[in-house]
Amino acid sequence: MTDLSAIQDALLTGDAEGVKNSVQEAVDRGVDADTILNDGLISGMDIVGEKMQTGEMFIPEVLMAAKSMSEAVEILKPFLKDGGRNRVGHVVIGTVKGDLHDIGKNLVTMMVESAGFEVTDLGVDVAPETFVEAVREKNPNIVALSALLTTTMPMMQQTVDALAESGVRDQIKIIVGGAPVTREFADRIGADGYAADAGGASKLAKSMG
Amino acid sequence: MIIIGELINSSRKSVKAAIEAKDADTIRKIASDQAENNAAYIDVNAGTFVENEPEYLAWLVQTAQEAADLPCAIDSPNPKAVEAALKVHKGVAMINSISLEKERYDNLMPLIAGTDLKVVALCMSDEGMPVTVDDRLKIADKLVNDLLKSNIALENIFIDPLVQPVSVDKTYGTGFLDSIEALTEKFKGIHTACGLSNISYGLPGRKQLNRAFMIQAILKGLDGAIINPLDKGMQTAITTAEALVGRDDYCMNYLKAFRAGLFE
Repeated sequence: MTDLSAIQDALLTGDAEGVKNSVQEAVDRGVDADTILNDGLISGMDIVGEKMQTGEMFIPEVLMAAKSMSEAVEILKPFLKDGGRNRVGHVVIGTVKGDLHDIGKNLVTMMVESAGFEVTDLGVDVAPETFVEAVREKNPNIVALSALLTTTMPMMQQTVDALAESGVRDQIKIIVGGAPVTREFADRIGADGYAADAGGASKLAKSMG
Repeated sequence: MIIIGELINSSRKSVKAAIEAKDADTIRKIASDQAENNAAYIDVNAGTFVENEPEYLAWLVQTAQEAADLPCAIDSPNPKAVEAALKVHKGVAMINSISLEKERYDNLMPLIAGTDLKVVALCMSDEGMPVTVDDRLKIADKLVNDLLKSNIALENIFIDPLVQPVSVDKTYGTGFLDSIEALTEKFKGIHTACGLSNISYGLPGRKQLNRAFMIQAILKGLDGAIINPLDKGMQTAITTAEALVGRDDYCMNYLKAFRAGLFE
């Protein structure tokens, strides 16, 4: 196994230059680009996600790490099989109708992208039928719903119901999150999973990928 | 500083349990504690109870006002809940909050137009969260003028430019602060308000950040805030900052707070 710990160390300390340099070094040493991506960057971001869950790392550090990673991926792209298009899964994400909050949703987007998923971000104030259309068009394996307001939580239920009624429910796993959302609530509305933060969401997506 | 005490909120576990059990003593105690600590309004929120919100919100208003001789800030976008709460409310209530989001606006405007109610007006529209000072001013301009046209006095409006976490974008702190300055400049006599603790979301040491931000916001003209009145450190920050920017004649409040041993 090639030692890619320098990449991970740089990711964990938010050292953007260090991440790029150590990725470039690994490329120059002739390490396979897909190995660098999977065992260096993606597994490094897994650690970042875990440290976010445990409260050892904070949002700005996670943002910095994700930014470093996406810059480093640009270096790798020409060498990746399929030019980096080969992903572990596809997530359609959005904040439910009536809710305009995007911060949590954006953090989750970033973390699942960093975990190797393709992400279709539908934005905020997304109607149930828009989620249904996106599932038909994009054929994702995961749909992620976000809500920050207690008043828009019932819209999560309506979105889950709409996905069920349209006949696409079996093709997808539905995961939910947001400040007022709890595991109990997720179970009650028939979602497949719940995560309390972006680190947890990426881990959850991976377990379903 | 016009303090809106935030503690009677059903998203807090102990409050949710008290509402479910109709435990009036617990609610009364939270209301009187906040009243004794400089709250001007007692915020009441039963938003986690989707079905029973009108009944519970009215109960919260009645119960809080039994213990605190203060008006409430009725915290809901649900017109049925606001109506039920207003029906039992004594004195002039505050509505928390209206915005330019169409549904919220259309639901609440008929209840507040032409009244003496105080109104928290959020700088938010269906186009999403404002990012720049300019975004906020545009929304505020439309919202404040609509409220004025609906016969709500400028001095009854508490405009809230929305605090967003600085952990996500380093410009979110100044975006809010500069908006407070611009709004108080533009609409002379208007009040401002905010849920200040959003600033520190995603960071450790939140209390320190919240207090420092309060001091900065006071310098820019913030005169209303939804906070925990029992937070002694925050109260110290407010009292000291207001004395320093000339909002405390002869430093009377400062001295009173000092002598009462209120400083942390």
